Amino acid sequence: MSAIASTIFSPELAARFDKLVTLYPLKRSALIPMLLYAQDEVGYVSDACVAEIAQRLDLLELDVRNVLSYYSMLRTVPAGKYNVQVCTNISCMLRGGFELLDHCKHKLGIGHKGVTPDGLFSLEEVECIGACCWAPAVQVNYDFHDDLTPAKMDVILESYRNGNGKPESVDKEAV
Amino acid sequence: MPDVNFIVDGQKLTAPAGTLLIDACKSAGIEIPAFCYYPGLSLQAACRMCVVRIEKQPKLATACTTTVAEGMVVHTENPEIAQARKATLQLLLGNHPLDCPVCDAGGECELQDMTFKYGAADSFYAEPKNHREEQKWSPVVYFDRPRCILCYRCVRMCGEGMDVFALGIQNRGSSSVIAPNVPAQLSPENIPNLDCEQCGMCIDACPVGALTSGTYRYKTRPWEMNHVATVCTHCGDGCKTTLGVRSVANGSEIVRGDNRDKSGINGDFLCNKGRYAFDFANNIERLTSPLMRKDGKLKPVSWEEALTFAGTRLRELRDQRGPQSIGVIGSNRLTNEENYLLQKFARSVIGTNNIDHHRTADFVTLAAALRGSSKRFASQHCVEKAPALLVIGGDPTTQAPLTAWNLRTNVRNKNARLYIANHADIKLRRQAKAAVTLDFAGYGAFADYLAGDDSTANAASPDTDALAKFRDALRAEEKLIIVLGNEVRGSTIARLVDTFPTSKFALLSDYVNSRGAADMGVMPDVLPGYQLVGAHAFVEEYKSPETPGLNLVEMFDAALARELAALYVVGSNPVARYNVDPATLANTFLIVQDLFLTETALLADVVFPASNLYEKSGSVTNSYGDVQLVSKAADKSGTRSDFELIVRLADKFGHEIKQLVPFGKGLRADMGQTRGAQSGEADRHSVWLTANNLEPKLSPFDPFAILDEIQRLVPGYDKLLRLQLLSGNDQHIAPSAGDLVQIANRNDLVLPSHDTLFTSGSLTRFSPQLQDVQRHQSREVADHLAAD
Ligand code: SF4
Ligand code: SF4
Ligand code: SF4
Ligand code: FES
Ligand code: FES
Repeated sequence: MSAIASTIFSPELAARFDKLVTLYPLKRSALIPMLLYAQDEVGYVSDACVAEIAQRLDLLELDVRNVLSYYSMLRTVPAGKYNVQVCTNISCMLRGGFELLDHCKHKLGIGHKGVTPDGLFSLEEVECIGACCWAPAVQVNYDFHDDLTPAKMDVILESYRNGNGKPESVDKEAV
Repeated sequence: MPDVNFIVDGQKLTAPAGTLLIDACKSAGIEIPAFCYYPGLSLQAACRMCVVRIEKQPKLATACTTTVAEGMVVHTENPEIAQARKATLQLLLGNHPLDCPVCDAGGECELQDMTFKYGAADSFYAEPKNHREEQKWSPVVYFDRPRCILCYRCVRMCGEGMDVFALGIQNRGSSSVIAPNVPAQLSPENIPNLDCEQCGMCIDACPVGALTSGTYRYKTRPWEMNHVATVCTHCGDGCKTTLGVRSVANGSEIVRGDNRDKSGINGDFLCNKGRYAFDFANNIERLTSPLMRKDGKLKPVSWEEALTFAGTRLRELRDQRGPQSIGVIGSNRLTNEENYLLQKFARSVIGTNNIDHHRTADFVTLAAALRGSSKRFASQHCVEKAPALLVIGGDPTTQAPLTAWNLRTNVRNKNARLYIANHADIKLRRQAKAAVTLDFAGYGAFADYLAGDDSTANAASPDTDALAKFRDALRAEEKLIIVLGNEVRGSTIARLVDTFPTSKFALLSDYVNSRGAADMGVMPDVLPGYQLVGAHAFVEEYKSPETPGLNLVEMFDAALARELAALYVVGSNPVARYNVDPATLANTFLIVQDLFLTETALLADVVFPASNLYEKSGSVTNSYGDVQLVSKAADKSGTRSDFELIVRLADKFGHEIKQLVPFGKGLRADMGQTRGAQSGEADRHSVWLTANNLEPKLSPFDPFAILDEIQRLVPGYDKLLRLQLLSGNDQHIAPSAGDLVQIANRNDLVLPSHDTLFTSGSLTRFSPQLQDVQRHQSREVADHLAAD
């Protein structure tokens, strides 16, 4: 039984949230993990997510929105099924991050924060994702892809499009 | 805290340890610029404008977060600091449009002043400015994002100060933006909206023109107005509000209300009504000509005709049917001088004690219970400073917003211990150290329980355990400031006064001069200063009758029984307030003095257009007994002050005016010089006399002529210092007469007005601003947080 009578989340997530609020000396410390988990389940942080999270943490909705808007990995509109996040920070930029971004834009026909009409892909230009050693790097949902070229990117996008998820290895076919 | 010694710009200074450097410098007359610092709110250190050089520290330090220390040597202005501040300004101006010529804050803007001072108007930032359209967040709050310098004052003011938390900060870095609590997608018009108390405190705190007020925007410039400090006409807290007025064809109109120099009893604070609800004064429905009923209809007539008719008819009726057949009703919004004069008119001109007003608190009982102990009346300043406070009944947040602000600030900044006993779940419980829920009808039982009668516990509260703990906590307090809502009356007040012999008391009332009207004896059974009808001085002085007259309700009963020949109603709307059937007054000659054609005025035989509190001079007394000066700010041609009207009516009645107003002999009186350029009839009179080479003598319309008499006859007011009053300072008075009424068998007749943050009695419907805000709060944002 969830702490919230009519939760909008799955029973599993609701139970997880019930537990989460008990883990911190201050309830509100659970805010960021909750936002992330909510986004993972719903696809984005909807107004209904904001309302329920505020209720769970005894916060004002405004407080939740203040935090929500601070973090760029939290979104308030639905993304594509596969959210392609291209890094253009310094290491990736030096190793072709912008070419990769332009390539994705061209290939998917959408810009930064755009979603393809079929809802399959969305594209985002992001700051450093911590994979600088293997720049340029791209993150699709929670999968990392590194040491990329436009050609390798094509393989990766194709694999997702065909429902095959992250390809085992792109090195052999590409180059 | 022990004092520490330090040196600022070569000056040796001393301040208590723990004082912020910026405050210590300010006390010594050294100004350090600051954008994000705001006294009384938490420290932010967001702007870096206040940097100073402290010797032996490697970098410039922020004066707003540094506390003074022994031996500290500080420089507040040198080329290095100027350069740092200039760089800060250039950064702040990165997005700021510097559109001062059209900005409301122009001329009163801290950023403008600093840009001027440090010459930072040219920026090195080549990026285009990030322009956004202005947004209307509510009828009174507008936001111009490009002007915002992200100082967070508004966010802290609304959260910490108001305890509303309606403003937040969203996004980050250079795209950070102040955001209201209703996001665009949840508002009906798809623009961000504010669901809040609409107090305008955020606008007041904003150092620039990013937040502007819906009532004032683009109307005028600060230097084109005259600024007159006077007292808010709405609730009983008595805030000082500074009205910006400018000349118009028919007088001078109020363009702005604000808290300009923060010198009043209210410090930083003003609520929505004090700041914006002055607009009833400019309403086009204002009466500007006397009206007389002719062929059943109210028709405009000349002053002479109306006054002569009203005066002679009143005289006839008095002579034919006796003084006891005439009633007079005063007002919670008249000045002390006017209310005093009105009861004197009833008692000495007509010769009746049939005088009353709409009572919103039982001041008579409080005065009786505290008889002889004048030190036990609490002042508004006690609420601001006392370490322990008890609030029984009432809901200060909506009924007495300044009281609530003071309680919150006192708890926040001075750790005051606040105790709340209430039948409702009032918002101030959030600040309370302990709170107990009472039964709706349990206030009397609660007082008995506090006095030690355990058998009343069940009647007092559904939670007797909490009640017991609450009583223990109160007993541990040595001294309390006890603030009572209108639920607490009669013997309950007396009981509490006996139970807490070392505590001070205050009673919350609903209008600016509710307390003053009671102090001035606008009641049938008590005279000015709560002396019993029949008190020697007044019988001598007024030749007034020695038995109590009819109260307000009895007057209408008498009218129904055709025993009330005439009724004179000044600044009151009893027909609506008491639901009087219009037919009741069919056989009563009715004279009404008011701003608008109210339900009562509609029934009148003669109507006099009166000026309101913002258009006259005098004094008022707030719920706590703090007396303050009222200064004439606006002017409306075609209206006259109630004071003047009472005097003129008495004249036409055939009364010797010098007996009513002792004018022309006062050495203590003020000729109006201290009250600014447009201080009313008395001043114009004296200007005219001077211009005609006549010796200026007091006019019978100068309220200060009667203040002499008030000071002579009304206990408590004798302590008033004229110079303090005229300087705009508040003074606390305590009535402490000898013989007083019997509390037990007296009918208090208190009828609470149930005003909210956005209503103010009969004025509500004549204030477009209040109407707008009510609509906004109910329709546009009411259900956005329906889940709450
Ligand atoms: S008007 Fe008052 S309550 Fe509303 S946001 Fe501003 S400070 Fe807060
Ligand atoms: S709106 Fe005004 S008070 Fe609020 S952060 Fe911006 S500049 Fe400061
Ligand atoms: S708190 Fe009362 S006196 Fe002060 S501004 Fe508001 S209505 Fe006026
Ligand atoms: S710069 Fe791209 S992963 Fe660090
Ligand atoms: S006033 Fe000190 S940092 Fe803003």
